[in-house]
Amino acid sequence: MEVMEVFLQQLINGVSLGSIYALIALGYTMVYGIVQLINFAHGDVYMVGAYLGFFATAILGWSFLPALLMSMFVCACLGVTIEKLAYKPLRMAPRIAALITAIGVSLFLGYGMMLLVGPQVRTFPQVLTEVQWKLFGSITVTNRQVIILVVTIALMLLLQYIVHKTMIGKAMRAVSHDKQAAQLMGINVNNTISATFAIGSSLAAAAGVLVGIYYNAINPLMGIMPGLKAFVAAVLGGIGIIPGAMTGGFLLGIVEAMVSGYGKSLYRDPVAFIILIIILIVKPAGLFGKNIREKV
Amino acid sequence: MFERKLGKQFGILLLLVAFWGVVEFMLKTGILNPFYELNLILIGINIILAVSLNLINGFNGQFSIGHAGFMAVGAYGAAIITLKAQLPFAIALLFGAVLAGIFGLLVGLPTLRLRGDYLAIATLGFGEIIRGMIVNIDYIGGAYGLSGIPKLANWTWIFALTVLTVIVIANFVNSTHGRATISIRENEIAAEAMGINTTKYKVMAFVIGSFFAGLAGGLHAHYFYTIQPNTFNFLKSFDILVMVVLGGQGSITGSIIAAVGLTILSASLQSLAALRLVIYALLLIVIMLFRPQA
Repeated sequence: MEVMEVFLQQLINGVSLGSIYALIALGYTMVYGIVQLINFAHGDVYMVGAYLGFFATAILGWSFLPALLMSMFVCACLGVTIEKLAYKPLRMAPRIAALITAIGVSLFLGYGMMLLVGPQVRTFPQVLTEVQWKLFGSITVTNRQVIILVVTIALMLLLQYIVHKTMIGKAMRAVSHDKQAAQLMGINVNNTISATFAIGSSLAAAAGVLVGIYYNAINPLMGIMPGLKAFVAAVLGGIGIIPGAMTGGFLLGIVEAMVSGYGKSLYRDPVAFIILIIILIVKPAGLFGKNIREKV
Repeated sequence: MFERKLGKQFGILLLLVAFWGVVEFMLKTGILNPFYELNLILIGINIILAVSLNLINGFNGQFSIGHAGFMAVGAYGAAIITLKAQLPFAIALLFGAVLAGIFGLLVGLPTLRLRGDYLAIATLGFGEIIRGMIVNIDYIGGAYGLSGIPKLANWTWIFALTVLTVIVIANFVNSTHGRATISIRENEIAAEAMGINTTKYKVMAFVIGSFFAGLAGGLHAHYFYTIQPNTFNFLKSFDILVMVVLGGQGSITGSIIAAVGLTILSASLQSLAALRLVIYALLLIVIMLFRPQA
């Protein structure tokens, strides 16, 4: 029974962590699907999102929802700006050049933020007072975990709606499928790519605010590790595939929670990368394979 | 013709020895204070790192961003030899470098099948796995790192090994094997069609690069007394990458100049670590946007 309880508790923790990874992974996968670029700066957009949430709640005294929306909006603009300034001029350049630029943007955001706000860890204000619900046995669920999951699922549903039912979603799918053909069909490729960056970045910002609420602590370099892990999640699910990123995110979160839950927390980081290597070598197309490839 | 070339090389050698002698004299007499010595040492280590990474990234065209991981292997390998087995420094350095080379082989064989950005991510992952493993091994100090390493590296060692690294890599690049390595960067399919065993040469470049990264790691460990897993995180890999990109991928001279320049830059911005990295980042972006060939 004891074993079962630990397992269930870690499963719950894992789903919360996995929601965060899934939200960040979505941005990676969408951007990769449309411009074939590993947007290293994505993890740092998530960090900026967390800081904006901190700014709104701690300094302006906003409540959770407006802070979340503001952070998502500002980061969407940030994402578009990054794309326009740094990536767009390199669209025709070798992919490695764009990759190096992305690393540069990532470092710039991380250390720029450090210059701006200082390297110390900030404590997120208690926007939502924590309520713990006891399920059976010693298993607990907090209201924050529930909120994370609810917000994540709501955003994912919204994303599915945008991608499948709206004009811009259709344009995104078309551009990711064949850029030139899409252009010939009268789709504004530049605007579509900007929209992809905007949506991806706003999802990362949402993840940032949620993490601030969940762990209560943020720092300027918090984006690097989750950013890399979210990329692992995206690869795990099959890069370019939206449901793949969601599944990959949840899976990775659960695996990590299990590893820490069974007393091997120091192995948490290597485990994520070992999964990455195995996937890259065994099945580079990811769990969701090529057949149901649904790129955006 | 041959004699003239030999004469030129002899001249360069003489120049190098003279440079070493002058610096050694100035260090001994105290004209150059320890701060300068530290930076000379750092420049040497960074040159080894940048030139060895350039072999992989620049000449072979395989984009690796896990170089710090191999440096860590070399640093720990060498430190164990002097600290726990108490063998001479030279053996320790060689052991660390060979160990890093073996790791390079283990990492290279499976991952070099991948291309471009996937390879980059895989090497990054391996760098992090190596670091994660070190954190989990108590024998070598775990997350606290290893300290009390004897300070055996000095200006003479560093200078000699830096020169050695540059000579070996420059000669490798100009050899038959080197040509094959470069041809893979230019066009992998064409190279393969010309009968070049691309996997062999990719792994070869990777192993040589790792070997020298391990050497740099060993020197680092024996100059700074103490090593921690966090010293070798991916920021260190990025540091090396910036040097290679700034100096020009596929240019040894460029790497050396960039290593010297950036080490001096970072020394003068010591108190502002964040600012240094912001400048690095801007450098990377600006170079890529306006002058990708550096």
